[in-house]
Amino acid sequence: MSQVLFFIAAIGVISGAVGVVMLRNPFYAVLALVAHLLSLAVLFLLLRSEFVAAIQVVIYAGAVMVLYVFVVAYVGDQSEPLGERLRNPGSVGAQLRLGGVVLAGALAVELLIALLGTGLEAIDGKGAGYSPGPEAFGTPAYIGKLLLTRFLLAFEVASFLLLMAAVGGVVLARRRQGLDEDDQQDVLTPLNLLRPKSTGTMAEGIGKR
Amino acid sequence: MSIAWYLAVSAIVFSLGAVGVITRRNPLVVLLCLELMLNGGNLALIAFSRMWGNGDGQILAIVVMTVAACEVCIGLGMIVALYRRKLPIDVDELRELQG
Repeated sequence: MSQVLFFIAAIGVISGAVGVVMLRNPFYAVLALVAHLLSLAVLFLLLRSEFVAAIQVVIYAGAVMVLYVFVVAYVGDQSEPLGERLRNPGSVGAQLRLGGVVLAGALAVELLIALLGTGLEAIDGKGAGYSPGPEAFGTPAYIGKLLLTRFLLAFEVASFLLLMAAVGGVVLARRRQGLDEDDQQDVLTPLNLLRPKSTGTMAEGIGKR
Repeated sequence: MSIAWYLAVSAIVFSLGAVGVITRRNPLVVLLCLELMLNGGNLALIAFSRMWGNGDGQILAIVVMTVAACEVCIGLGMIVALYRRKLPIDVDELRELQG
């Protein structure tokens, strides 16, 4: 049973990845990545990491992919011209691209040799022993205990990194030239002194300010 | 299934992501392919975690997911800023980084 599931999920993972790389329309590439992530969550479940599989589905395939879909819809259909490589196969860009594919193929061979050719005997086994229970390997209780004891520093640093990324995203994507001249002199509040102009408030987003 | 199968899948996914990062020109798709590479790494981490029966690899995978979310946030912010400035959304056309 688990072998059948493994092969179905592995085929889903690899075909999703191929779809991301090959599809011309970015929207379809995002959908292929969603399929890839869902199949990857099945592989995580087969490796008995239930919590990671759950957050993979909820956060990655849910939240992050919604962000991608929004940006693809906002930026618009920027499909790469189809068959450009086929029309002029001798151009420098096409040769560079072929070189990239060859390089990545060499990377794949090297990775497979490095991962499968190690001297680790455990690599051919099914993994360490597993006994089901409320705090077994991979359950939320197990992960939570690890995160709040041994990996507390990593947990805090990761949350700080998320905060920095949120601030950075707002600063990068803010509206820069949204100010009308007659709006410049309005009531001076302490907030106006603290805040530089056009930092992307909601009022600026709808063009009020 | 033995752990080696999972590692093989992770290596293949990582290399496919590398192909995309090298060959695609739309920065949105380049970001998607970076996600593929990170997911290949995550699968290897979780396979090794299962192999040793140790949760450290899962914690590391969660941290990698956090970093990937931050990278998506910044990358998509940059793409929106490019679009607002009417710059071409193409990594081959973008040769200068000026404010």
